[in-house]
Amino acid sequence: MKVSVESRASKQAKKVGIWLATFVLMLVMCLPGLWVVLSAFRPNREILAKPPVWIPEELSLVNFGKIFGFGAEQVGIPVGSYFTNSLVIALTSTVIALIVGVAGGYAFARYRFRFKGGIFLGLMLFRAVPGIALSLPVFMMWSRLGLVDTKMGLIIVYVSLNVPFTIWLIDGFFRQIPQALSEAAQVDGCTPWQAFWKIEFPLAKSGIAAAGVFAFLTSWNEFALASQLTRSTDSKTLPVGLLDFTAQFTIDWAGMCAMAVIIIIPALILTFIVQKHLIAGLTFGGVKG
Amino acid sequence: MAEITLEKVVKKYGSVGVVHGIDLTIAHQEFVVLVGPSGCGKSTTLRMIAGLEDITGGIVRIGGRVVNDLPPRKRNISMVFQNYALYPHMNVRDNLGFGLKIAGQSPSEITKRVNEAADILGLAPLLDRTPAELSGGQRQRVAMGRAIVRNPEAFLFDEPLSNLDAKLRGQMRAEIKKLHQKVKTTVVYVTHDQVEAMTLADRIVVMRDGHIEQVGTPMEVFNHPVSTFVATFIGSPPMNLLPGTIRGGSVHLADGTVVPVPDRLSGHVAEGMAVQLGIRPDDISPVGHGLSQDGPGAEVALTVDLAEPLGMESLIYTRLAGQEVQAKLYGPRIVAPGEVLTFRLALDRAHLFDQSTGKSVRTL
Repeated sequence: MKVSVESRASKQAKKVGIWLATFVLMLVMCLPGLWVVLSAFRPNREILAKPPVWIPEELSLVNFGKIFGFGAEQVGIPVGSYFTNSLVIALTSTVIALIVGVAGGYAFARYRFRFKGGIFLGLMLFRAVPGIALSLPVFMMWSRLGLVDTKMGLIIVYVSLNVPFTIWLIDGFFRQIPQALSEAAQVDGCTPWQAFWKIEFPLAKSGIAAAGVFAFLTSWNEFALASQLTRSTDSKTLPVGLLDFTAQFTIDWAGMCAMAVIIIIPALILTFIVQKHLIAGLTFGGVKG
Repeated sequence: MAEITLEKVVKKYGSVGVVHGIDLTIAHQEFVVLVGPSGCGKSTTLRMIAGLEDITGGIVRIGGRVVNDLPPRKRNISMVFQNYALYPHMNVRDNLGFGLKIAGQSPSEITKRVNEAADILGLAPLLDRTPAELSGGQRQRVAMGRAIVRNPEAFLFDEPLSNLDAKLRGQMRAEIKKLHQKVKTTVVYVTHDQVEAMTLADRIVVMRDGHIEQVGTPMEVFNHPVSTFVATFIGSPPMNLLPGTIRGGSVHLADGTVVPVPDRLSGHVAEGMAVQLGIRPDDISPVGHGLSQDGPGAEVALTVDLAEPLGMESLIYTRLAGQEVQAKLYGPRIVAPGEVLTFRLALDRAHLFDQSTGKSVRTL
């Protein structure tokens, strides 16, 4: 009897410990984000106040009005163009990376061809190279080709960053679909192409969605390469646009935070929409068992 | 008429041959079982008929039409796979109707034929479930339903029962047999289980290392195996094989035991020939506990090493001519290890094989 009471107490303590650890970890992870969101709705002087004002005294949409050009105060930053650029670049590069990823992933999963192992290894090694290490050669090539400060230039860079990842992820999903399904469909009257679209593609949908979200977020959030390859409103993306808030002697934290919120929201919405697929995708192996 | 013929069919992967030129004619409405150990080429042969494997050499005809270069969809066959291969993202109704939909049938026609197939196989209450919500036996039935719904010229079964437990396997075996009696379509069925082969087949094709070893009705293959391979593969427990030499019209076994050559084989043996005497466990029984008491036989006293009671019969392990043999006791009598009993060898049902080639002396 006594033993069980003790063990129950120690179980309780363990549970509390785990909760505490989780809480601290989440705090560390979420606080900066929360602070950015809070700051987006506060005036600059409250953000910069010393000692810090923990509980906001006034919240307003003034900062957003400022960057979109409404209200008394205005910041001369073309957020609209940046947003459009980001959207066009991220969407286009994601779609291309997915098309190549589905084709490539399927090929690696289903077919035997020469140098298959070597090519796959090459793709994975390419992922190990930090993108920023390639920025100088890419810049030199792009400047000769006239691709600097164009959307196309960034799209090509992001496609090449994302393709190895999408191929790798999607390959794994096609591998888990038994080949007999496609064979059954072909015996049932499908061409190999129909068998792919009607059977294998729908089954790999979660994986493809997961790959798509990752590719989109990579392109949407990327800063280092974009900051070197873009110059003007023709191609500058939102993360690069954040730099516009730093002047020689001042940083407009309030405006910057408002813009950061604008960057975060579409990413959040997208992740939320596909989260069902995403979870199904990331746990695919376990569920299929 | 959906006769399937294979002429000198060869399959090679690179330089490795898997099927070495087999000839086989499967008659219209016939149920043929390809049986053999793993790696004997039976599944590859089936997949070549289905069009899922390229044919390296030879000709495959279905209903008189050469199909070598036709894709699976143009061969008008259907196939049941070992792991069922049901489409996981469709319910049973859509799984059954998929082939019809691809073929461009009208929705009313699809509904009608899906319902017919569901009635035949007792699937009507399951039509709205997905494959994940079905038991193994139900999945198996859906796979069969998907095969019959298109009314193909032939059904191909690739080890369809090997994923089921023993009891269900017996049930499904009977269902497949009933299904064939109902729909009367040519069937090619691949299995490594000789019980399935015996119970289902009109004709059995025993395969070994990419060759056909023997073709015949189940009873032909069981009663007249052409080689020691067929003799030990078909029938359970396997046939006992005892090495010996022909001398003076008798088989002299390794330990000096002398057994007369069965009359029907006496014309097939020569003096001094090295042979193997093949005798099934069912044909070695204690006197008074055998299948048949008349006909030619030999009696020997043997010591029981081990007895496995199976209810109305017992499997007995003993030693004859210096090697372990299995024997059968019919009846509820319990035997103890160490007991010495007089066993009767039913020689009219014994076989003789050439020792070096393993071929039956009848075929020499």
